[in-house]
Amino acid sequence: MNRLENKIWLRVGAPLTIGILLLALWEAAVDVSGVPVYILPPPSAIAWSLWVDGPSLLGSLLVTLRITLAALAAAAIVGGLIALVFSLSRIVEISFFPYAVILQVTPIVAIAPLIIIWVHTPFLALLTCAWIVAFFPIVSNTTVGLNSADRNLLALFRLYGASRAQVLWFLRIPTALPYFLAGLRISGGLALIGAVVAEFVAGTGGAETGLAYRILEAGYRLAIPRLFAALFLLSATGIVIYLVLDFISRRLLRNWHESAAAREEE
Amino acid sequence: MADGVSRDETILELRGVAKRFGSGVEALAGIDLKVSRGEFLSIVGPSGCGKSTLLRIIAGLTPPSAGTCRLAVDHAPGRIGFVFQDPTLMPWSTVIANVLLPFRIARRGGAEASGRALAAVRAVGLGGFEDAYPHQLSGGMRMRVSIARALVTDPDLLLLDEPFAALDEITRMALNDDLLRLWAERRPTILFVTHSVFESVFLSTRIAVMGARPGRIAHDFTVDVPQPRDRATRTSPEYGATCDAVSATLLKAMAT
Repeated sequence: MNRLENKIWLRVGAPLTIGILLLALWEAAVDVSGVPVYILPPPSAIAWSLWVDGPSLLGSLLVTLRITLAALAAAAIVGGLIALVFSLSRIVEISFFPYAVILQVTPIVAIAPLIIIWVHTPFLALLTCAWIVAFFPIVSNTTVGLNSADRNLLALFRLYGASRAQVLWFLRIPTALPYFLAGLRISGGLALIGAVVAEFVAGTGGAETGLAYRILEAGYRLAIPRLFAALFLLSATGIVIYLVLDFISRRLLRNWHESAAAREEE
Repeated sequence: MADGVSRDETILELRGVAKRFGSGVEALAGIDLKVSRGEFLSIVGPSGCGKSTLLRIIAGLTPPSAGTCRLAVDHAPGRIGFVFQDPTLMPWSTVIANVLLPFRIARRGGAEASGRALAAVRAVGLGGFEDAYPHQLSGGMRMRVSIARALVTDPDLLLLDEPFAALDEITRMALNDDLLRLWAERRPTILFVTHSVFESVFLSTRIAVMGARPGRIAHDFTVDVPQPRDRATRTSPEYGATCDAVSATLLKAMAT
């Protein structure tokens, strides 16, 4: 027990110490070298900006977060359904999978202007961009998962006269769950990236401005500390999304999957 | 009869069963086999002789390329139980949920199904582990769950495909004893595939020795080692003599 506590302390404490040391080094370096604030602001200036501009930045963060979470939810639902259809029909999978790949490999920056022209509601346009970036890992992972059911279990289901729906519900979907969740964790970060990229391209999305636009704006005005503050909020959001998805995944799998099962030995 | 085997009622009859895979490999050729209700038949042979394929054909999981396989068993699901070499459990389900699977598929829920599942879990000595997940169990215990699941529908025919091959010697002997006890209690017809001569002689009333390339039945033994069998059986002269005879036949089948 003591060792475990030590480990948790170490896992949090060590990176934290490194972070504080680096920030101190940064502060000192800026101070000594006299680099102007509009090139590289010291951490203290960023913290001050975070304090002063905090409320308005948080408002923008909420806008970006709403797009991110909506895109992630849409990616999970639509991606899961697409994978389900793929797993039910090999011919559908063969016919459509290449197009999913094309959508995935085409840079979102390149298609975002088109989407913004085509989709008139700004929120929907941004959502579509973020969704395109986020859905692929879920489709590809879940498809693999749905097709990974144990061969002997499949034989057993046949022996007991299971219907296709039963095989899907009792066997294929539970088998695919860890794959789906792994895809979801990747998609969480991608949805945020997609939302930010879309905002960059779209500029101000009507009345509400997201965090990405605030970064651009801060850049134009050489308000570099505010740019860094917005950047910090964006990274923190990405980390929180990952941690939440990781937590959900562990909760769902803790009873049975190797990735989440408590290690009693070692 | 003294050993409870009724020689007159045929439960399974194979005639000229052959299997050639798409790759052209001839797995089985001209298998004739007749099994009476209540028999414990072991199928012994070298690896690659098509033992598992034969079992899958009998279970109806693989169609034969030629010949007929006639089963005097209801075609209703659950009349045949199958135990694989791996426990083949659903890792996301508890022991009791795994054992309940055949009933869940048959849409038979309720107290009767639960009662039978619980009885099956207890029959394999896992009482108290109903709510454990497979990863919390040892390899031997997982195999017991697998056997409980195969027994829960009280099948007429139980097919076991090298179920104990991956287990250590002590666990294996314990499971051999348990399997014999369950067979004596419920009297299903058992087809047991193994590559261990000692195991087959200890368990069976009859042994079919198979040869390879293509798989065929080289010899059919009736095992005269007296019932019931226990630890003393393993050191009895009849047991030793039968093991010798089966081993010699197996060696000959492998050479030709």
